[in-house]
Amino acid sequence: MALLEVEELTVRLATARGPADAVRGVSFSLDRGQTLGLTGESGSGKSMTALAVIALLPEGARASGRVLLDGEDLLAASERRLCAVRGNRIGMIFQEPMTALDPLHSVVRQVAEPLRLHRGLSAGAARAEALRLLDRVRLADAHRSAAAYPHQLSGGQRQRVLIASALACGPDLLVADEPTTALDATTQSEILDLIAELVDEDGMALMLISHDLGVMAQNVTRTLVMYGGSIVESGPTEAVFSRLAHPYTRGLHAARPRLGVGRGKRLAAIPGTVPEIADLPPGCPFAGRCPLTIAACSAAIPPPLPVGPGHAARCIRLEAALTLPKAAD
Amino acid sequence: MSALAARSGHSGFRHPSLVVGATLTGLFVFAAALSLVWAPHSPFDIDVPHKLAAPSPAHWLGTDAFGRDVASLLLVGAQNSLLVGVVAVAIGLIIGAALGLLAAAMGGFPEDLVMRLADFAFAFPAVLSAILLAALFGPSVLDAILAIGVFNVPVFARVTRAAARGVWRRDFILAARAAGSGTLRISLEHVLPNILPGLTVQATIQFATAVLAETALSYLGLGTQPPQPSWGRMLNDAQTLMFQAPQLAVYPGLAIALAVLGLNLLGDGLNDLLDPRLARTR
Repeated sequence: MALLEVEELTVRLATARGPADAVRGVSFSLDRGQTLGLTGESGSGKSMTALAVIALLPEGARASGRVLLDGEDLLAASERRLCAVRGNRIGMIFQEPMTALDPLHSVVRQVAEPLRLHRGLSAGAARAEALRLLDRVRLADAHRSAAAYPHQLSGGQRQRVLIASALACGPDLLVADEPTTALDATTQSEILDLIAELVDEDGMALMLISHDLGVMAQNVTRTLVMYGGSIVESGPTEAVFSRLAHPYTRGLHAARPRLGVGRGKRLAAIPGTVPEIADLPPGCPFAGRCPLTIAACSAAIPPPLPVGPGHAARCIRLEAALTLPKAAD
Repeated sequence: MSALAARSGHSGFRHPSLVVGATLTGLFVFAAALSLVWAPHSPFDIDVPHKLAAPSPAHWLGTDAFGRDVASLLLVGAQNSLLVGVVAVAIGLIIGAALGLLAAAMGGFPEDLVMRLADFAFAFPAVLSAILLAALFGPSVLDAILAIGVFNVPVFARVTRAAARGVWRRDFILAARAAGSGTLRISLEHVLPNILPGLTVQATIQFATAVLAETALSYLGLGTQPPQPSWGRMLNDAQTLMFQAPQLAVYPGLAIALAVLGLNLLGDGLNDLLDPRLARTR
């Protein structure tokens, strides 16, 4: 049994236009020592999937299906039980290091918080352990910065503090939701390298959420591409990026900004916009925006069809999709 | 530390209401504290032959209808106003903030229940509750404290809930939940400290209201009982001599006005100082 097994996860939100599914029947599994990436546009359901894994969905959201952590269904667990799991067995890093720290607590106190909660350490022992953790995430001048308040640190330093806090209790699973999106490019790679190094040292499982295909390609061994709440393509990262089997993956790949592209050349764009979740068509969510759309696409959500070993795409026109031109590199 | 000192010093000049309010409030508290150890005369010394005396070196503000020293009555009366204000605000703040935090944290039915109870409690002004308590237990300063304290509970419950709901929506609360903190812990460790500035301002303003309510109740004979000096009672005593000795009404009236003005200005100044959005626009 894998560490994390997500089975037919569906998240229903109460939107202004009535209930709508932000996540539609998502299944995947992840084991210790493995890295998994979730990518897709804004509104594709990747963050909702991450929040469902740690059972912290927003008010009014209802999840169905199963999220099994070592066989225990977190969607059915009591709040008390979940409090013992969060921060202890599952650590989470958020997108906005600017706002994810309490402005009124020193950073060392915020790193010590999960230690006091889950390990029952005394204030002094938790503080000593927190200092060790801040050293480990290489917070600049850790012993002096430990007493600092969040506003006194830069974004990258704050993200290091959040990582230290998420890893404090040695979780089995680390969920990182767009951990570097709010940071500048050089800090981004430092933080990603740090996460990779810590995940590797501790033998954790990593679930990384990012819209950035470059981040996916460099940091995870398995990639899930989400669109309209469902996984449209999944497979080993290398295979996903070399085959680009699903027309959406291909479009996303072509739309990424690249260095060295001639000045004045426009980025390729996928025509249309992501439909609101209340407007999702009954069939393939990408139907209509996809250049290969035929009538059958709108009939039913396509089943995952095999592309290669461990690699599948939900597209009924796979042969045609594989012959679409790739973006020139 | 020096940065903080520089900041507050700098802000002091930009918030004149804070300086004036703090000074007046300081004088009020100082008068009450001083009267505990020293007053020109005992406020209980009745000296009928020297009643209604004009100000003199012996009696700075003269004497009242019983020959008591007015300056001493004012000083000792400050104790009473301060005591009622502090205890009544403490009752309102502790119970009200606890209910407000609970409402914001739980949401749904508990929140509705607390808020409807607050609406209900608002229908009874402090003076009305004090009359009820006085009818039940006989008039005493305790009635005044209880009535004003109970009146403060829904005020603080509302302010706390509104502010706490705002904090619950912030990212660091989600992060604290992801770290495994429960509702109670988050309420006390993260929500309460973040709403404390707003509560401080509200407490100052409620303090002013409480001082005013206590004088009103004592004036009506429902609060502090004679011979214990109180500003409200002094006003009541002065009423019958309105045309012979109007100064007897002016002194306590001025004391009440200055104390309430000081507390309101202090609340206003703290609001400006603690609210970064307002501070930036000045």
